Amino acid sequence: MTDSKYFTTTKKGEIFELKAELNSDKKEKKKEAVKKVIASMTVGKDVSALFPDVVNCMQTDNLELKKLVYLYLMNYAKSQPDMAIMAVNTFVKDCEDPNPLIRALAVRTMGCIRVDKITEYLCEPLRKCLKDEDPYVRKTAAVCVAKLHDINAQLVEDQGFLDTLKDLISDSNPMVVANAVAALSEIAESHPNSNLLDLNPQSINKLLTALNECTEWGQIFILDCLANYTPRDDRESQSICERVTPRLSHANSAVVLSAVKVLMKFMEMLPKDLDYYGTLLKKLAPPLVTLLSAEPELQYVALRNINLIVQKRPEILKHEMKVFFVKYNDPIYVKLEKLDIMIRLASQANIAQVLAELKEYATEVDVDFVRKAVRAIGRCAIKVEQSAERCVSTLLDLIQTKVNYVVQEAIVVIKDIFRKYPNKYESVIATLCENLDSLDEPEARAAMIWIVGEYAERIDNADELLESFLEGFHDESTQVQLQLLTAIVKLFLKKPTETQELVQQVLSLATQDSDNPDLRDRGYIYWRLLSTDPVAAKEVVLAEKPLISEETDLIEPTLLEELICHIGTLASVYHKPPSAFVEGSRGVMHKRLPARTGSGEGTECPDVGNAAGGSAPEAAPSIIPSQGDLLGDLLNLDLAPPTTTGPTPSTSGMQMGGMDLLGGGLESLMDESEPPHVPLRTDPPQSPSPQPPSPVYTHTDYTYTDYSHTDSPPDHSSTEHSPPAELGGDIGGSPAMGAGFGAAPAVMPASLNAPVGGGLGDLFDLGGGVGMPMGAYIPPKTVWLPAMKAKGLEISGTFARRAGVIQMELVLTNKAMSVMTDFAIQFNRNSFGLAPAGPLQVLTPLGPNQTIEVSLPLSTVGPVMKMDPLNNLQVAVKNNIDVFYFSCQYPISMLFVEDGKMERQVFLATWKDIPNDNESQFQIQDCHLNSEAASNKLQGSNIFTIAKRTVEGQDMLYMSIKLSNGIWVLAELKVQAGNPNYTISLKCRAPEVSQCVFQCYEAVLKN
Amino acid sequence: MIGGLFIYNHKGEVLISRVYRDDIGRNAVDAFRVNVIHARQQVRSPVTNIARTSFFHVKRSNIWLAAVTKQNVNAAMVFEFLYKMCDVMTAYFGKISEENIKNNFVLIYELLDEILDFGYPQNSETGALKTFITQTGIKSQSKEEQSQITSQVTGQIGWRREGIKYRRNELFLDVLESVNLLMSPQGQVLSAHVSGRVVMKSYLSGMPECKFGMNDKIVIDKQGKGGEGATGQSIAIDDCTFHQCVRLSKFDAERSISFIPPDGECELMRYRTTKDIILPFRVIPLVREVGRTKLEVKVVIKSNFKPSLLAQKIEVRIPTPLNTSGVQVICMKGKAKYKASENAIVWKIKRMAGMKESQISAEIELLPTNDKKKWARPPISMNFEVPFAPSGLKVRYLKVFEPKLNYSDHDVIKWVRYIGRSGIYETRC
Repeated sequence: MTDSKYFTTTKKGEIFELKAELNSDKKEKKKEAVKKVIASMTVGKDVSALFPDVVNCMQTDNLELKKLVYLYLMNYAKSQPDMAIMAVNTFVKDCEDPNPLIRALAVRTMGCIRVDKITEYLCEPLRKCLKDEDPYVRKTAAVCVAKLHDINAQLVEDQGFLDTLKDLISDSNPMVVANAVAALSEIAESHPNSNLLDLNPQSINKLLTALNECTEWGQIFILDCLANYTPRDDRESQSICERVTPRLSHANSAVVLSAVKVLMKFMEMLPKDLDYYGTLLKKLAPPLVTLLSAEPELQYVALRNINLIVQKRPEILKHEMKVFFVKYNDPIYVKLEKLDIMIRLASQANIAQVLAELKEYATEVDVDFVRKAVRAIGRCAIKVEQSAERCVSTLLDLIQTKVNYVVQEAIVVIKDIFRKYPNKYESVIATLCENLDSLDEPEARAAMIWIVGEYAERIDNADELLESFLEGFHDESTQVQLQLLTAIVKLFLKKPTETQELVQQVLSLATQDSDNPDLRDRGYIYWRLLSTDPVAAKEVVLAEKPLISEETDLIEPTLLEELICHIGTLASVYHKPPSAFVEGSRGVMHKRLPARTGSGEGTECPDVGNAAGGSAPEAAPSIIPSQGDLLGDLLNLDLAPPTTTGPTPSTSGMQMGGMDLLGGGLESLMDESEPPHVPLRTDPPQSPSPQPPSPVYTHTDYTYTDYSHTDSPPDHSSTEHSPPAELGGDIGGSPAMGAGFGAAPAVMPASLNAPVGGGLGDLFDLGGGVGMPMGAYIPPKTVWLPAMKAKGLEISGTFARRAGVIQMELVLTNKAMSVMTDFAIQFNRNSFGLAPAGPLQVLTPLGPNQTIEVSLPLSTVGPVMKMDPLNNLQVAVKNNIDVFYFSCQYPISMLFVEDGKMERQVFLATWKDIPNDNESQFQIQDCHLNSEAASNKLQGSNIFTIAKRTVEGQDMLYMSIKLSNGIWVLAELKVQAGNPNYTISLKCRAPEVSQCVFQCYEAVLKN
Repeated sequence: MIGGLFIYNHKGEVLISRVYRDDIGRNAVDAFRVNVIHARQQVRSPVTNIARTSFFHVKRSNIWLAAVTKQNVNAAMVFEFLYKMCDVMTAYFGKISEENIKNNFVLIYELLDEILDFGYPQNSETGALKTFITQTGIKSQSKEEQSQITSQVTGQIGWRREGIKYRRNELFLDVLESVNLLMSPQGQVLSAHVSGRVVMKSYLSGMPECKFGMNDKIVIDKQGKGGEGATGQSIAIDDCTFHQCVRLSKFDAERSISFIPPDGECELMRYRTTKDIILPFRVIPLVREVGRTKLEVKVVIKSNFKPSLLAQKIEVRIPTPLNTSGVQVICMKGKAKYKASENAIVWKIKRMAGMKESQISAEIELLPTNDKKKWARPPISMNFEVPFAPSGLKVRYLKVFEPKLNYSDHDVIKWVRYIGRSGIYETRC
């Protein structure tokens, strides 16, 4: 008899036939029928129609048949809750059965049936089973509490099951203890603050005792639970470690890894000078190495974990380099991970061996692996200075192989080597130049161009080389275009006489023929720099570059600590905190390593410092200078209100100068082309002559150039977790500035789709994107449409006003498993006639787990209908799956237009004209700006200060706002020095808007 | 914890699907098929995250086993469980194949219900499982039998049942080692290690308490101080792991290996050594490129162990370039063949005594190609089997005590066998 036949029946009247068979009198036939049902269920056929018939078979003394029926019940009970109740009686009866196996089976299955009515009946049997005389029933009941908690947490608490579960931790049977621990740990995870597990030295002792006696799986549960405990002092910590170390010899790798987790965590608390500390370190290495002889999948998990351990405590495995050598038939995922660890362990002592290995790997077949090996050689050069020369010559050998991707990869890493050791290996440039034609990947092209630009003075035909790239300028990727632009400017600064034409050509290509704002902006900046002050240009463009550091892909220390607490788990495999991939409340709690107690403070972990310290020095300068200092001020130019009575700070005067030059200088440069549209209210008090006078270059100007470099560093050594300082490194006048703007590109894409207002318009747009406070206030993005409600599509977004255009900025995330396409958007009629000014630009299909940012320009000429609240907007979004509706509220400040500044006289007249009934007063609490700062801030959102009066230490600001539909709002803001509470009076002919306007004030001032 | 477990055939059709958690839906079954089984590229990781759901998979012949979860589970445990699942299935019905799985799907569901509860692995020792999950199904147990089953499944000695009786108490110990080598063309050892296993097959009555002793350096040195003196050589073990029957805390404290073995076969311990390894063979390659269309290869192998011992199943695999058009081979001993499908010359020798030498020379003719890419020259690999332990490990004793029954250590018939096999034994050329 073979059961496989059940998989093949696909006749038409099958269900009908099965029904008859299920109701047959013959036991054998019944059983056959149930088997068929289960087989159909497995392959995904819907056999729920047979529910009553299958349940009828439940009352049987044939255990095998019973199990099959239970299996069916677990699958379909949820879809047929009313009928599932039919099964309850049998369950309750089975829970009283003299056979412990049947009792356990009943309680186990009942917990899997997620029907409320059944769970009610489950409580009593479960209570009995938790105290059953048979350990097999108790261990099953312990897990059942976790099941019930998953269905109805409140019920479990109300029924006192948690206390019973806690009692089971002291059970005499180790397996019961292990399951109770597992169940409690899981329940505790969803109650982060409850003291459910209540670990104390006594309970820990019980766990450690059970640890020696229970199954391998039980040991894992217990060890994972132990890892959550924080010992009181170093002595307790040591005694736990001593009792956990024997587990390192267990045949089950998971037991070993969980033990390693406990040890790695508790070791933190041991004083370094303790003998035991050293012993423990030594004990950790062999089991980790042994993990590498496990099956490949486990090796992979082990290697991902070793990668973390090596970063945290490099000393453990520093002598074990050889075991990470790649074997010819390792699966690719094992190879790549081994390579990563090899680089981390590379040191002066073993570098010769490592290099020989890497060279072998570079001749393998798998392209990814070969690339990584080549990259690794470069990283060795940067990490171990003594080896740099050998690395470079190895790389040159590899270039000679002429294997296309090897050559490209080698060039990319050589560029990094140049940056680490400037003026040392430039003799190889000639060889590199020979391979120019074979480069077809953007990264390699960009790297090569960077090299040519950087060493232009030593390459005789640098101009020819660069010119050859210029021919296909528009077909290049942005990365290459930006690099080419910079390289040619460098070349021009180094050899001005013969390359004038070239630089003109590239500047015009970048500024006029390109619709990439980054490229255009960089082009403009260079153009202006070159035309106004070549000396300054030289200082900026040819500034000394900060050196790149050795270890650039270290995991950020706090994340590393968290991941160490998750050794063995998925988090350690993904190298991501659990919150990044676990939904709901579970795993959101961040775990931390315990602090060292004891007396060994003096020796405070120098080696930990090594691992973490690698990035620490870089991290320091990367703190963004307090907002608004640099770019902020620069872009704040037009905010200095002419009517302000107080003297403007001197810096702003300088910025004024800078600003005007920017306009004037460019115009003079762009002879024939139409003058750039400047969407700023430039009202230059001291208008410059067309010929730019020698400018006062404040350092703020440099930041700009700095910025424009940031998004295209052909910088490879900086992978995922590189400190931002690296990003700016390409030219970086000062690392701090470069670093400051390192964050910008992340926000950039939002504005990329923005309609192009003209050269300078975009330039200033960038500022908005960076989130500096000088632009209009943009509320943070909120989730408008959760994925749950829209079949996996999540929409979050905000509104912004950029260069006079209202934009809806949307982030669409596909959390479903299928691809989404055909997006469209529509608005319901609303108070201010907002309507999409164009279609929703989602051109590529959105794959699972993908996110896309879209900017949708809005017009205010759509149909009008008063909404409640006034700023409510109802939106419909369509995709290939369905149409979804949501509503959101836009800040009314988006509707404040740029020409909303009233003449003083008109203001006075209007103020008087509007009846006092229309005046409303509000309080803004807890705002610590002075009147001037407040006025500046508000102006960014087109709320214009018309006049200021100071009466008895109280500043009165008079302001005007014009809405897109022509409604004027007048305001009086009272600010008292030292009092954080402002009073605001709003007057408007349409008083309904006052509430919204007030909200905007509050939002703008507090952000 | 594990949210669900699926088994697929090579086409991606589901053979078994068991869902343990509510957060895993039916669509997960399809997601794995589409994204992993049907994916065009090679598998890049055994762990895949698709739409916030993680899939762990292992493959046995052309059957895929996938565990699914949405939580931050213990990844090592999931893989260990999947391997265990394979072991259990093999113990029940032999090879894991589509046919076998379909034939035993009811049994598999029953097993899955027992060894994974709400995603938590439970006792999965086949010895214990076989006492109450049987293919014959109907088997009424007496009350004593029932409680015996449950106490065994949950008990401290979950791997052995009480009341086992043999007329002849017998045990077999196999020391199985695989010796791994990576050697440079110049004969420098780049890395070498032995990974060994001690497999025990026991047919002993009752609940025998066993103690196993070997020439572990740490133990010998300790005793040496006692005055006995070094009897033979001892070996330094880098690391060892034990079957769960071995009392780890006792090993940690006294370095003694004591246990109550499961009935039948079990892998008692695994170990690894890297020092003083006897490399049974040395491979000396010589590759010469004669122009662009010819390669001359000469490989000498030397056996390096006692002349009285015989190595068996010797196979040397010499890779050839992809553009090989013809090969002429001359070997002193054994048979050699060029296998075009495997891109290698395979040289087989049935037996070879210690301290001998043999040689093969081959002329490889190549087709001229435009391919600029150089031939990667994979290493020359070797397979063999030798009747000794290349690590030098020796079993000193295995003592058996069963206080309740009337047989003593002397009555047990014991057998020890050593087999050394090649693991990855490669010489670069």
